[in-house]
Amino acid sequence: MYDFNNIYQPKTIEEALKMKSEHPEALILAGGSDILIQVRDGKLAGCDVINIQPLNELRGICVEDNGSILIRPLTSFSHITKNPIIEKFLPALGFAVDQIGGPQIRNIGTIGGNICNGVTSADSASTLKAYDAVLEIASVDGIRLLPYADFSKGPGKVDLKGNEILTGIRVPKESYENTYGEYMKYSVRRAMDIATLGCSVNVRLTDDKKSIDRVRIAYGVAGPTPMRVPTAEKLGNGKVITEQLITDIAEAALTDVKPRTSWRASKEFRMQLIKELCKRSLRTSIKKAGGTI
Amino acid sequence: MVVGKKINRVDAVTKADGTAKYTEDLLDDKCLVAKVLHSTIANGKVLSFDLEEAKKVPGVVKIITSFDVPDIQYPTAGHPWSTEKAHQDVCDRKLLNTRVRFYGDEIAAVIADDEIAADHARDLIKVEYEEYPAIFDMEESVNNPGDVPIHEEKPNNVIVKSNYEVLDYDEAVKEPGLIKVTGVYETQKVQQCHIENASSFAYKEAGKVVVVSATQIPHIVRRVCSQALGCDMGKVRIIKPYLGGGFGNRQDALTEPLNAFLTLQVGGRPVKLMYTREETFFGTRSRHAMKFYITSYVRPNGTFAAREIVAYSDNGAYGSHAHALVANAVNAFRMMYPVGAIKGVAYTVYTNNPTAGAMRAYGIPQIGFALEAHVDDIIAKLPNDDAISFRKKNMMQLGYVDPGTTITCHSTGLSECIDKGREAIGWDEKIEKYKNQTGDVRHGVGMGIFCYKTGVYPIALETSACRMILNQDGSIQLQVGATEIGQGADTVFSQMAAETLSIPFENVHILSQQDTDVTPYDTGAYGSRQTYVTGMAVRKTAESLKNKICDYAAWMLNKDRIDLDLVDNHIVRVGTNDVLISLKEVAMEACYSRTNSNHIAAEETHHCSDNTYSFGVCFADIEVDIPLCQIKVNRIINVHDSGTIINPQTAEGQVHGGMSMGLGYGLLEKMLFDPKTGRMLNSNLLDYKLMTAIDTPDLEVAFVEPKDPSGPYGNKSLGEPPVIPVAPALRNAVYNATGVAIDSIPLNPEKLFQEFTDAGLIK
Ligand SMILES: Cc1cc2nc3c(=O)[nH]c(=O)nc-3n(C[C@H](O)[C@H](O)[C@H](O)COP(=O)(O)OP(=O)(O)OC[C@H]3O[C@@H](n4cnc5c(N)ncnc54)[C@H](O)[C@@H]3O)c2cc1C
Repeated sequence: MYDFNNIYQPKTIEEALKMKSEHPEALILAGGSDILIQVRDGKLAGCDVINIQPLNELRGICVEDNGSILIRPLTSFSHITKNPIIEKFLPALGFAVDQIGGPQIRNIGTIGGNICNGVTSADSASTLKAYDAVLEIASVDGIRLLPYADFSKGPGKVDLKGNEILTGIRVPKESYENTYGEYMKYSVRRAMDIATLGCSVNVRLTDDKKSIDRVRIAYGVAGPTPMRVPTAEKLGNGKVITEQLITDIAEAALTDVKPRTSWRASKEFRMQLIKELCKRSLRTSIKKAGGTI
Repeated sequence: MVVGKKINRVDAVTKADGTAKYTEDLLDDKCLVAKVLHSTIANGKVLSFDLEEAKKVPGVVKIITSFDVPDIQYPTAGHPWSTEKAHQDVCDRKLLNTRVRFYGDEIAAVIADDEIAADHARDLIKVEYEEYPAIFDMEESVNNPGDVPIHEEKPNNVIVKSNYEVLDYDEAVKEPGLIKVTGVYETQKVQQCHIENASSFAYKEAGKVVVVSATQIPHIVRRVCSQALGCDMGKVRIIKPYLGGGFGNRQDALTEPLNAFLTLQVGGRPVKLMYTREETFFGTRSRHAMKFYITSYVRPNGTFAAREIVAYSDNGAYGSHAHALVANAVNAFRMMYPVGAIKGVAYTVYTNNPTAGAMRAYGIPQIGFALEAHVDDIIAKLPNDDAISFRKKNMMQLGYVDPGTTITCHSTGLSECIDKGREAIGWDEKIEKYKNQTGDVRHGVGMGIFCYKTGVYPIALETSACRMILNQDGSIQLQVGATEIGQGADTVFSQMAAETLSIPFENVHILSQQDTDVTPYDTGAYGSRQTYVTGMAVRKTAESLKNKICDYAAWMLNKDRIDLDLVDNHIVRVGTNDVLISLKEVAMEACYSRTNSNHIAAEETHHCSDNTYSFGVCFADIEVDIPLCQIKVNRIINVHDSGTIINPQTAEGQVHGGMSMGLGYGLLEKMLFDPKTGRMLNSNLLDYKLMTAIDTPDLEVAFVEPKDPSGPYGNKSLGEPPVIPVAPALRNAVYNATGVAIDSIPLNPEKLFQEFTDAGLIK
């Protein structure tokens, strides 16, 4: 038995946006795998929801004319992983969302829900950050585009106004072209677990494959929100690939992060993982890109 | 032969096709819902409740608080009652408690039309407390009990302190040339995590209170409910349907006594009391956290001269099984290596943690970890011994009679178990191969052995009854008070009955549900006792039924009874084995005879006055990723001596389950509490790291099968033992791989990070 107050059932995106502007306090219900948990444990008991689950317009993946990959927010994790566009151009994202929960959760959970929920451990978040994703946010007043980098406002808080719904996630061509990435989720269990730490790295190498042209590194659980590590990235860009460079980048990452001690893991242990996962993901990304170390 | 054969579980199909009914499947539509209000302080007293707002919630029927329950303190442990006062279980809790002793104590209950109303009203109850400082550390609890004892009956917070000594310890340590080894080993509090939460419903019928409950021990729960309510035992009826796991947690009265009381508060209307996973975690029972101080004196030739243990057991807020567990642990410390002088002291203490109770292998996984870790610590200091030679020199041998309990070793295949496991894992080659490793990823092998009793004799009563009824078609109804809780008991009882009666397995119809108004007496599923103790009752009853069938056949055939036997579903002539008549024909006649109808049935009690030891070993071959603080188990094998294996297929399943539990115990699981308030932090299956299928390596199982002369079919215990040797084998493998000897579990990433950092492996 779930303690809902009102459940609104829009038939179109327009209707959903209208309902959202009329009931700004109502929560958007996508797969429900975050919301139902919180209703059950009382945090959201008695809430109102707008159920967008049946809106197929909000589902699916395509390549747009300018080469951007557009992922609609209701796309489930299992559909993302098995999508040919993702497999071809963004396999790191397909792999990342395949690390979520278990098969049932990957069938019901959506990528939109994952990032709108706003937690630092969201498994899609660091990879979307590392690929400079851009969000499409709609309201009855129109559409705005927002770099995902500016979306997080703190733990569980995102830049969505009461009348807004996330309607798209875009990865520009320049961002994924000739770019190879790796996501490492570190969790105590290999399934049904949240990340103790997540690290997503991608690289574009120079034509001779000897140097890093561009490296982007993002973490989950290394701070209150998913985050990039600019100092480490700057240190890597344009450098000749060596084992020492990898170590230096990993060390530099430590200066950008702010993990905390909780009963789930100590800060010190997270720092160890931040360094170690960076090295390992970096090595794998470089190899995938055709480089040697 | 049916015993010894691989046979599918008798309940496999009904459980797979969904027709097996569990407690919740039996609920009445009109059932009211009860929700318990749990305290939000760990130590103190409720001064008052403000129910005003809560009562206003639509759908609330009644609210009962700790001020409304009978002033009766009752026991909850699933032990046979002792008629001697001195041996009776601790009676230290009321149905709801005004004196709060842990964060989560049951202080009030709301009865409502539905769950939402009950939850909502519960959240609106305001409580005023008087708070006392809480004690969460067991040694602190003994050393510094504070001004207000947790229970006034035990002013120093010690429930029981016990000690023993075999030979003269002080004298033995004087022997020249001994090597002294000391260690402090700690094991954590973990939960049984049965898939079906604590759940029951209760109603009144024909003047009796009926409780339908997922319990391992229906007859004991009936007695406990009668004690808690202060009514006669005959006025309580317990029904146990199919059940989703127990692992000892349900060897305790859990929701049943309160549930029985609540239905009586609403005129006998059905009330359900179903705990959530969170409540099951902190509000039922768990494995005891224990701490052991061990000192050994060993001769350079690798034999024990003397050994001492001081053990602490954190019992939490209420008595439950109390001292029985750590007593079991320090006894096993003696039994496993009964060599030299041995001395033990054990404390069971109250703390303001949730209550610990019975859990699979009852104190032995704790000592199993400590002792087998300690043994590897000893071996590291010996010039000429290795893990196997030392254990073989010192371990229990055939014919051993334990001086503390008189339990006798009637059979042992431990040495063969070790040989078999050693061979299977490739022990000797791997010990060589894994020497002098460097680098981030290192490999290691480790082992642990154990011995385990079979039932609880002579520490407590061992008794079991069984009933068999002959059907007209020659099949039988089999009824036992012993419970099927997923371990496969019904299947092996059916095999035993078929074996002794010499009828087809399919012709045995066992009743899986227990109903204390109908079911023969048995204390229930615990102590790995049922295949042994109940097995004896099944055998005895089958012999008695067979005798009655032959008697009747003799009348029918006009032959001498002594010339007849029941073989292969037919009455045959003794000696020649000539078939005279089928059992079915005898059964039809017995039922419908116009001159001599006889509804053939047998019922027997077996009063068991024996016990024996089962044994086993675990070998693990692992890989440690040092920078990531991760352990990967590449191979793990348990080899068991449980005497004759009644059903190799279900036995293997039982070992798989135990190994999985042992892996979780050794590697990941731990109940975590807020150090300030005592609130459980990870009371859900996300944060409590029960292993998933993908985390579980292939589990290899082997048996050696010496026939035990005391067992009904040559069998000994197997239900609990598989969990015991896994954690020490893993710990010793990490030691072998990295040189880091870790003296507490679980060996989770955070623990490995600390240990590897301290050892300089992570800088
Ligand atoms: C057993 C289990 C395991 C899990 N394991 C993982 C894991 O390993 N890794 C991980 O990252 N997460 C995990 N989760 C969390 C959860 O599954 C994910 O966060 C998932 O992506 C949530 O998606 P949903 O569609 O179910 O979201 P919902 O619960 O429907 O919504 C989540 C939040 O996002 C908002 N929202 C959803 N869609 C939109 C939209 N289009 N516009 C505006 N707001 C929106 C909702 O209002 C709500 O606040 C797990 C959850 C469970 C129950």
